[in-house]
Amino acid sequence: MDRQLLIVATLCYFTAVVHTLVAVRDRISRPRRFNFFAIGLGFLFQFAFLSVRGHALGRCPLTNLFEVFIFLAWSVALIYLLVGPAYRLSLMGAFTAPLVFALQTFALIAPIDVPHQARLPANPWLEFHASMSMVAYGAFALACVAGVMYLVQERQLKTHQMHSVFSRLPPLTSLFAAITRLLWLGFALYTAGLIGGFFTGGPLPRVKMICAFGVWLFYGAILQGRHLHRLAPKRVAVLCVLGFGAAVSVLWAINFVSQSRPT
Amino acid sequence: MNLFCVGISHHTAKVETRERYGLQRSEEVLRTESGCDEALILATCNRVEVYGSAVATVATDRLTDCLVRDGAKTAEDAGIFYRYEGEECIRHLFRVVSGLDSMVIGETDILGQVKKSYANARESGSVGPHLHRLFQRAFRVAKQVRTRTEITRGAVSVGSVAVELAVKIFGDLRNRKVLILGAGDTSERTARALSSRGVTDIRVSNRSFERAESLAAVVRGRAISFHEWSKQCVEVDILISSTAAEEPLLRPDVLTPMMRERSDRPLFIIDIAVPRDVAPEVNEIDGVFLYDIDSLQAIAEESLALRRHQIAAAEEIIAGHVTDFRALVGIPSESPGPQAAVSHRALDEAAFRASQL
Repeated sequence: MDRQLLIVATLCYFTAVVHTLVAVRDRISRPRRFNFFAIGLGFLFQFAFLSVRGHALGRCPLTNLFEVFIFLAWSVALIYLLVGPAYRLSLMGAFTAPLVFALQTFALIAPIDVPHQARLPANPWLEFHASMSMVAYGAFALACVAGVMYLVQERQLKTHQMHSVFSRLPPLTSLFAAITRLLWLGFALYTAGLIGGFFTGGPLPRVKMICAFGVWLFYGAILQGRHLHRLAPKRVAVLCVLGFGAAVSVLWAINFVSQSRPT
Repeated sequence: MNLFCVGISHHTAKVETRERYGLQRSEEVLRTESGCDEALILATCNRVEVYGSAVATVATDRLTDCLVRDGAKTAEDAGIFYRYEGEECIRHLFRVVSGLDSMVIGETDILGQVKKSYANARESGSVGPHLHRLFQRAFRVAKQVRTRTEITRGAVSVGSVAVELAVKIFGDLRNRKVLILGAGDTSERTARALSSRGVTDIRVSNRSFERAESLAAVVRGRAISFHEWSKQCVEVDILISSTAAEEPLLRPDVLTPMMRERSDRPLFIIDIAVPRDVAPEVNEIDGVFLYDIDSLQAIAEESLALRRHQIAAAEEIIAGHVTDFRALVGIPSESPGPQAAVSHRALDEAAFRASQL
């Protein structure tokens, strides 16, 4: 039942991806509204999946890599739905839908939905730590999306290609403002999640701590470099893209290492 | 009830001819003098047209006599007027408001001009139910063509391309600072285009300070001594350069230290000088976007080509509305009559080019 909800959610994102591709091919100017509703619908089905799974587990559904990926995809959609309309960045949905679709498709196809043998009691601090970190990852993912959009737009402007399929990308300054705000949002949520980790009561695994602080320091360094004007906007965009790739790898590693102990 | 349109446009007459016709009398006077039941005059720099409805046929001459200025109608003018009736009249108006009949395909000014003419005619009481329905539908058609096709997309002049690029870099242009280096005509037009999008801080620098002052007065900016232009580069967001210098004024070794002082704000450089004022290598610097006159013109040409590709899609939307409107008002279907074909005699290529200039 829960996987079926997830398949429907994935189909919603797939519809958004197809609609974007058709709009880009036909040079239709406003795919934004359709994408927003398709992603919104996908988000609701993801939420239903997480609720069913969470009810069955009796805790926040972050017990294996499969659930982590679904929670991450849900967080990306959540941040998009929250910040997308506020920033009025055209085509952000067009870039977000493929990312969420890829995350969910991978989660559905890969044999990573391994149920935990031991049913652990709910730990509010542990769940706060894990869920805040995941939502922070959602913000970092959106910063990565905005970073890709920035780099595409910058390239178009440098090479004088103004009539490509991505000619309706938002202005560079708006994209950079969005990147900076998303980084701050993600960093604040991640910091809160890290602090929450210290109150879980159990022993703190060394590898997890190192990885988590590595991610925290990386994004902190980007923000500090930006604050001191040591990092040019283009470099910030590149670091957002590379950083998110690295952060997802770290997330994978953390969950791989701690297979014996759910987050 | 018979709907018809009589007029001249840039397709059929040169500007010297078109300027002899215009809005001489109010629609109300034209209506009574010509015998129309309803009448609307559309007079722009590219066309003078009368849209009317009448039970009996109204002769073209009676209408054109009302449009001629100071009785300057000549014998040669007889052939330049076109006349569309019924379905063809509907189609023509829909094409006009959608910008398909304009000199620059897809331009949007025409819609505002038609709306204004319609408002004036309504105020004077010369628009009745037939023209009202026709023009309301025409406005709907124009909106659909604009939203469902890309006919209005892209900038088609150097000034508007510069504005479009500036918007792609900075978004809102209201708080942006512009420096004009060298006071040429294209610089002035580009500065005016930027000004129309809200830029208020315009600085002009020229070897002749008097010339800088006079251009500054025209674009509502301020004149800057030519020795100070490099200092200004640190502050401004957009640099329009068109000096007569033989060697590039701005090279990477000059600009790189400036960019460090700019706190990573992008710099948009429009180099319209020939020979160029800015070394092309400058475009390699992070945060600098350099466009010379050729690249601006190439973008404008590309936009125009893109608009031409959209004509078929726009015509399809118009055809659907023509059929629907014709059925609604009970006009029989017809192919273009011989009168229309003969009277809408296009200018030959040379005359058309001269007219455009």
